[in-house]
Amino acid sequence: MSVKLTEEMLSALPDARGHFGAFGGRFVSETLMDSLMTLEKEYARLKKDPEFQARFDKELADYVGRPTPLYFAERLSRETGGAQIWLKREDLCHTGAHKVNNTIGQALLASFLGKKRIIAETGAGQHGVATATVCARLGLECHVFMGSEDVQRQSLNVFRMKLLGATVHAVESGSKTLKDAMNDAMRDWVANVDDTFYIIGTVAGPHPYPLLVRDFQSVIGRETRRQALEKTGKLPDALVACVGGGSNAIGMFYPFLADESVQIYGVEAGGLGIDTGKHAAPLCAGRPGVLHGNRTYLMEDENGQIAGTHSVSAGLDYPGVGPEHAWLKDIGRANYVSVTDDEAMEGFRKLTRVEGIMPALETAHAVAYAIKLAATMNKDQTVVINVSGRGDKDINTVAKLEGIEI
Amino acid sequence: MSRIEGVLKALKGQGRKALIPYITAGDPHPDNTVDLMHTLVDAGADIIELGVPFSDPMADGPVIQLACERALVHGTSLRQVIAMVKEFRKTDDATPVVLMGYLNPMEAMGYETFADAAKDAGVDGILTVDLPPEEAEEVAPLFTQRDLDAIFLLAPTTTDDRIRAISQHSSGYVYYVSIKGVTGSATINVDEVAQKVSHIHELTALPVGVGFGIRDAETAAAVGRVSDGVIVGSVLVDTIARNQADTDQLKRALTDLLHPMREALDSLAS
Repeated sequence: MSVKLTEEMLSALPDARGHFGAFGGRFVSETLMDSLMTLEKEYARLKKDPEFQARFDKELADYVGRPTPLYFAERLSRETGGAQIWLKREDLCHTGAHKVNNTIGQALLASFLGKKRIIAETGAGQHGVATATVCARLGLECHVFMGSEDVQRQSLNVFRMKLLGATVHAVESGSKTLKDAMNDAMRDWVANVDDTFYIIGTVAGPHPYPLLVRDFQSVIGRETRRQALEKTGKLPDALVACVGGGSNAIGMFYPFLADESVQIYGVEAGGLGIDTGKHAAPLCAGRPGVLHGNRTYLMEDENGQIAGTHSVSAGLDYPGVGPEHAWLKDIGRANYVSVTDDEAMEGFRKLTRVEGIMPALETAHAVAYAIKLAATMNKDQTVVINVSGRGDKDINTVAKLEGIEI
Repeated sequence: MSRIEGVLKALKGQGRKALIPYITAGDPHPDNTVDLMHTLVDAGADIIELGVPFSDPMADGPVIQLACERALVHGTSLRQVIAMVKEFRKTDDATPVVLMGYLNPMEAMGYETFADAAKDAGVDGILTVDLPPEEAEEVAPLFTQRDLDAIFLLAPTTTDDRIRAISQHSSGYVYYVSIKGVTGSATINVDEVAQKVSHIHELTALPVGVGFGIRDAETAAAVGRVSDGVIVGSVLVDTIARNQADTDQLKRALTDLLHPMREALDSLAS
């Protein structure tokens, strides 16, 4: 099923209760309801406040370094032998990934609301670093929750966060990874709801978070749209972005949803292969359920217990996904596909060798799929890959996979 | 009149307060749960809140998280929890049982199937921690149509408008979460609780149970003085954790913990 989306339909979503069709909503314990409703109301006001928007735009320009380039990957396109491949260079943002677009937005929101204490969850540590960075910038107290497994695997990012003045809390519960970090951040928030602002890193969580994150990340797609028209004289034929929780993808996709000619592809982590069960692809192989405050596609067992996930990329290693993606899947506006760990590694090597751009392993999933896709298209067509982050953080993982010690 | 309503009315008539213990089903082992439920009743429980284990219990502190993990190691599912209640009902037709848990296991089972099975087993009420009334419009009627009480939470942060709205969606009792925090985390401030609960009583005719932070006879009595019932969770679950190796010892320990609370609550009756 596919429906034609209009600007009007899109601006009406999420609805007043935070729903995108059957997805989204606000499934939290009562203690948090008042805070979420206040946040929703205050954000609705600030969204129209020229002072807030001007401040946000200024931070994006002068601190984050926007606009990021839309770059024609000429050699990669030639080697692929199909559509022209363009790269939206979010890896050139301050801190090395798109995450900072959102953390600067939410931290400004916290400042405008007078909250001095910031909490955040992180998996690989990119959102944690981006949060610690903006907290240093704005003089806010910062606490980052991170699964103890991830603390071990991503010691460099832990050190970066500490240098930036953040306190890193190692989470020992459950699977000791991203979902458990999010559980503990929620627990902290319940206990400190009066003075604390929770900066959620992905486009999930209870309403209004999926709306906030989408709005702050949409700068990616707005710039891409303008740049594509300037540089190629037309809209892209296809957009490709990786999807864990889905914040970089929604940021790229959202401004194009009403453009019927633009094909949209979200690439999930296929891990060792969808049929092995060892993956992190809820849209491809999960089913709807409720976790972390919203209804969305989840990886779960037949009894509704959340399942373990696997991906070579820590940033995609999450059992849920943003509710707007769940909705886009169900209405058929976006296609959700997966690539395996091995394919992603190939994408990583290819972009590094052919363009001299080392993508994050998350991004490498989008690269791998885009190459396959571009090969099926003709050379008058264009594909834009959202290069959500740079790969320096993944050097240790890559070396380990290749049996090299550094 | 539902079993919950009946019990709470009778207690009120006697000037007594309800003692409502919580344990997680399947902890320490699914084979023990029904036995432990009977132990709670023998020690003075008026209503039992039976926790449905969930992999990601976001509103719970470490004590109940670990109980969920112990139960899930043995694969305790929502269907099994319902079967436990059915077993319990074979010899206890009087004590109301409330299932307390998170939404996803119910969603996975299917709400209608769940409601039918719960009713058939003799469950009396459903308390879903992550289901505020705003999201319950489709689910709650499935419960009330079957005379299952839908029990909702009130918190220190709940505004008056919400207290009224939530009470309208509730039946049986409302559960006042006494502290800002997860289960088992902080010390209860009895004066604050007293103030808030008496305010809640002005806004709803439903009985008010108070949970979070009740650890012993003293706190039970202090909270019982201002409410219609006390809910005791983490301290019981912690007792289960510490005595899980020996079932007889565990039952004695639970009894030793609950019995003084029962006496302290009954000493309030006049």
